[in-house]
Amino acid sequence: MEMLTFNASDGYLEAMMRGLRASILTASEYNNIMQCETTEDIRMTLNGTDYAPYLQNEPVPLQTAALVTRLTERIVSDFAGIRSSAYEPLATFLDYLTYPYMIDNLVLLITGALRNRELSDLIDKCHPLGMFEGMGTLSIVATPEELYRDVIVDTPLASYFVDCVSIQDLSELNIEIIRNLLYKAYLEDFADLCARRIGGITAQVMAPVLGFEAGRRIVNITLNSLGTDLTKEQRAALFPHVPNSLDAEIVHLLARADDEPAVAVALDRSPVFRALFQRAADHPERSLEDEFFEHEVKLLREAFDQQFHYGVFYAYFRLREQEVRNLVWLAECIAQRQRAHLGKVVNIFG
Amino acid sequence: MSQRGGVPVVPSRMALTQIKARLGGARRGHAMLKKKADALLVRFRGLLRQILELKEACAVKLREALFALTAAKYAAGEDLKHVIQESVHRATLRVSTTAENVAGVQIPCFECRQRAETPSLAEGDTGGEGHGRALHTTYAGLGKGGQQVAASREAFRAALDAYVRLASLQTSFIVLDEAIKITNRRVNALENVVIPRFEETLAYIVSELDEQEREEFFRLKLVQNRKKRELEKRDAQAAAERARRAVQAFAAFDAAAFGDGCSGGSERLGLLEQAAGHDPELLPL
Repeated sequence: MEMLTFNASDGYLEAMMRGLRASILTASEYNNIMQCETTEDIRMTLNGTDYAPYLQNEPVPLQTAALVTRLTERIVSDFAGIRSSAYEPLATFLDYLTYPYMIDNLVLLITGALRNRELSDLIDKCHPLGMFEGMGTLSIVATPEELYRDVIVDTPLASYFVDCVSIQDLSELNIEIIRNLLYKAYLEDFADLCARRIGGITAQVMAPVLGFEAGRRIVNITLNSLGTDLTKEQRAALFPHVPNSLDAEIVHLLARADDEPAVAVALDRSPVFRALFQRAADHPERSLEDEFFEHEVKLLREAFDQQFHYGVFYAYFRLREQEVRNLVWLAECIAQRQRAHLGKVVNIFG
Repeated sequence: MSQRGGVPVVPSRMALTQIKARLGGARRGHAMLKKKADALLVRFRGLLRQILELKEACAVKLREALFALTAAKYAAGEDLKHVIQESVHRATLRVSTTAENVAGVQIPCFECRQRAETPSLAEGDTGGEGHGRALHTTYAGLGKGGQQVAASREAFRAALDAYVRLASLQTSFIVLDEAIKITNRRVNALENVVIPRFEETLAYIVSELDEQEREEFFRLKLVQNRKKRELEKRDAQAAAERARRAVQAFAAFDAAAFGDGCSGGSERLGLLEQAAGHDPELLPL
């Protein structure tokens, strides 16, 4: 069915995605960057890639902070190009891609509002992909209540807020918990969108990706909340429940884990996570987070193997994001003369 | 003898004992200050070595910390910086100052102290709000990159600790330097000015007293001599007088009249009285 109708509305954009995929840096380009002595050399190397026009006007020497801004700009312009010519339901799907950034931005603004900061200053610090319409009016907001009533309600995130955060929570709950509650609601909603409202091949492709994302969050939250004041009930409330993620039994064990060995025991039942955990334990220079990134890239790469689905859009932007992380990491390593750590980058397409 | 560099003083026995006491005091003070200067110098050298080591350690620690931050940013996203900045509302590390006493010099000593993560009500915080905020930093990166954030926090804490210790050492270095300079100035002043001056004064007083003694002795002799001469002169005068009177009396004595006198007793008596006058000393003659 999709094979028949997909190209009618989304064929052009999918073709564009597959074209842009070719401009993702390859292993040999990463190798060239690793040979660089200064950040200026990195600019020289990047001048041979798609990033050239974005780095042209940066003053010498190239700062890593500027590099981040410019590379992000590139993702944003890619996204804007795609989004502007998307039809429903792809448009909704693409909007969902911006929600994580929106959550981060909103959390930042709420923190600012709670601390009586000038909100217009904070807008500069927000991620450009997560901008929403009400942001311009934020400067008139004075109290957290106003923020809740006037701004949040108008954002696409309003439904998440209504479900998990009340107006009292805004000032009483830890902001980081709010962030994770929102992200949980978002992830569940996004999985629902893929599986039910869009369905088809998109659902097939997105299921393992989102399942892994949810599982990774569960493991991370568990590990990071060990030894803090977060109670086990609070911890369990932050776990996103997405099909194709960790088994309910493992989630239950993780929710009750008291220390790292208990987490390891719980993850022993999941083949994917057990392998990642094992590899992180075997290589002291690699953290679990690195293994997660690598596995995520592998999953995203696989999304390109099939046609006629929206997973490529998700995969492309996530891979670009990883590429930015890689480049920034390399630039930082070179700028800080920590060449021993250069190998941490994740090659995206072999 | 002039009083060139010495203390202006009247050369007397009392001044001598006073100056002697002051010289003794100055010598004792000199010895003590010398000891103090040596103690400070030992400490100073030790500090110098420690500062060098710590400076190198600081550079290494800061590099590690910055790199840990890079790793945290890689894992938790670029906006980590803003999230952390916005969530901090009071310092968790405080620097406290105590004073250390080295050979009588007060040296400030800085110490890094961690404030409790959850502020108590006694600290003037209003209950739950402060509680939640204080905990925020521990939750940063809960969803992803929490371990890297924690590692970065530890690395920065270690770097900060090293820097506070370095600041402490450098402050003591400056204070000690100042103290050593002052002490050395005092030692040198005592050694080269005060003590020689007292010694000179002492020598002056002693020589002056000797001089006085000699003068006294000479004066004594002079008076003695004069007295002796006067006595001799008076003795001689007295002898001469006696001789003169004897001659006078002898001249008045007339042998013829003496014969006549032997006949006329009353006239002889009158003559005798005439010759001797009324001098009672001559009467027994």
